[in-house]
Amino acid sequence: MLKIVEIDHLTVKYPDVKALDEVSFSVNKGDFLGIIGPNGAGKSTLFASMLGLNTKYEGSIKFFGQDIRKSKDYLKQIGYVPQKPIFEKNFPATVKDIVHMSLRDESNKNKIDEVLQQLWIHELGNRRIGELSGGQQQRVFIAKALVNDPQILILDEPVTGIDQQSIELFYSILRELNSKQKITIIWSSHDLDAVNQLANHVACLNRTLFFHGVSDEFFENDELVKQYSEASMQEHMHHH
Amino acid sequence: MSLEIFAFSFMHRALIAGTSIAILCSVIGLFLVLRRYSLFGDAIAHSSFGGIALGLLAGVYPLWTAYGVSLVSAVIITRIKEKFNISGDASVAVLLSSGIAVGLVIIGLSGGFTIDIFSFLFGSILLVSVNDTILILALTGIILIVVLLLYKQLLYSTFNEEQAKVSGIAVEKINYLIVFMAGITVVTSIQLVGVLLISALFVIPNVTAIMYGKGFKQTAIISISFSIFSVITGILISYVFDITPAGTIVLLSIGLFAGTMAIKSLGLLSKN
Repeated sequence: MLKIVEIDHLTVKYPDVKALDEVSFSVNKGDFLGIIGPNGAGKSTLFASMLGLNTKYEGSIKFFGQDIRKSKDYLKQIGYVPQKPIFEKNFPATVKDIVHMSLRDESNKNKIDEVLQQLWIHELGNRRIGELSGGQQQRVFIAKALVNDPQILILDEPVTGIDQQSIELFYSILRELNSKQKITIIWSSHDLDAVNQLANHVACLNRTLFFHGVSDEFFENDELVKQYSEASMQEHMHHH
Repeated sequence: MSLEIFAFSFMHRALIAGTSIAILCSVIGLFLVLRRYSLFGDAIAHSSFGGIALGLLAGVYPLWTAYGVSLVSAVIITRIKEKFNISGDASVAVLLSSGIAVGLVIIGLSGGFTIDIFSFLFGSILLVSVNDTILILALTGIILIVVLLLYKQLLYSTFNEEQAKVSGIAVEKINYLIVFMAGITVVTSIQLVGVLLISALFVIPNVTAIMYGKGFKQTAIISISFSIFSVITGILISYVFDITPAGTIVLLSIGLFAGTMAIKSLGLLSKN
């Protein structure tokens, strides 16, 4: 299998804590990787480093065999869906404006309608982004991430604050993108059941990586699932 | 109103320069408003007051020193915000008072040049010279070309910096470019409404247009239209009734804003 992401001994230190400690794993072409871990486990730090937003790290990150410190070209092959996109509520931009922002090839404007259609939001194209529901906005951001035909889709806990029906639809879209369009997906989530259903690989992160492998291996190992559930439960109680 | 006022060349210059400034302020102001940088224009204008006083003291054309000081101030605000983790509004407040303080001290040292200073504080569009008009047109042209060429990068980094970075946009450079263009726009606009009312031209037409427009381009066009209307009508009314153009222009803008609010509260505009 072709390794398209290789993360080697990635360590990120903040003044009082190590956010990531010697994390190493790789992603093969066509994988659907679910990254799970409690709040503060370092998932967002991992993504920020992979996307070039955080450059203060030790170790190495390679995409398509090339160190990302050497070239930013890999970003052209990545679609990124943030956790909850922050924007001014009254921002005067239509759904089409938003998707167009990401489009690299101006001669390929048809692609905007195509991805909107693919995500069943074509009829919302001329609506203002702030008018849409959370679930609709999320689909707009997936459309935006897909408009350049990326090889890899990176999603950071993208169902926060979205209703159940939209979440189901979102999961079926992800499944289709991975199985039919062969897009490699790297997805961080709190939802163990969803990861179990969708992902074929799991990385379990809590500052260090304490499991990485085929998802069946994880879910059939009661001890690991219990460990993860306890860690996230403690985190949950800590937050409330 | 008699049509004879259109025969005066000073009126031609005022209308041409005023329209040009109206377009410029709307376009740059829209980016600033959406970046929650509405008072940035005010801060630059106040700091350029120090530059104007410096020019008058040194016997240099005051707008040249104002351009210099405003560009330095624009960079300082951006760096303070980036490096020292001070919020945008606090760094704006620091610079705003520094510029006025420097200006006042220089005026005090020079023994005062109140008449010249007044035209910069309150604007003097009817006194704009041929050279000034050409300069205003040239700067407007250059800035609009830059905005058109980098439209997508400017819009994207205004919408969401993080996502723009992931798309490979050099967001830091774009941020400096915006404050740089805003600095030039502010000093260019001083002749129309003066130091004290500049942020009105940046902010009011845009917050009004945002209530109407769906997309970005549509909003920009609406804002430009409101702004041109206020400037041209304001200049003409102020000439006929012999009142200050700056105040009239800004009051007309506020009138459009208030009217829009009224229309919206009656439910005649779709909720955005």
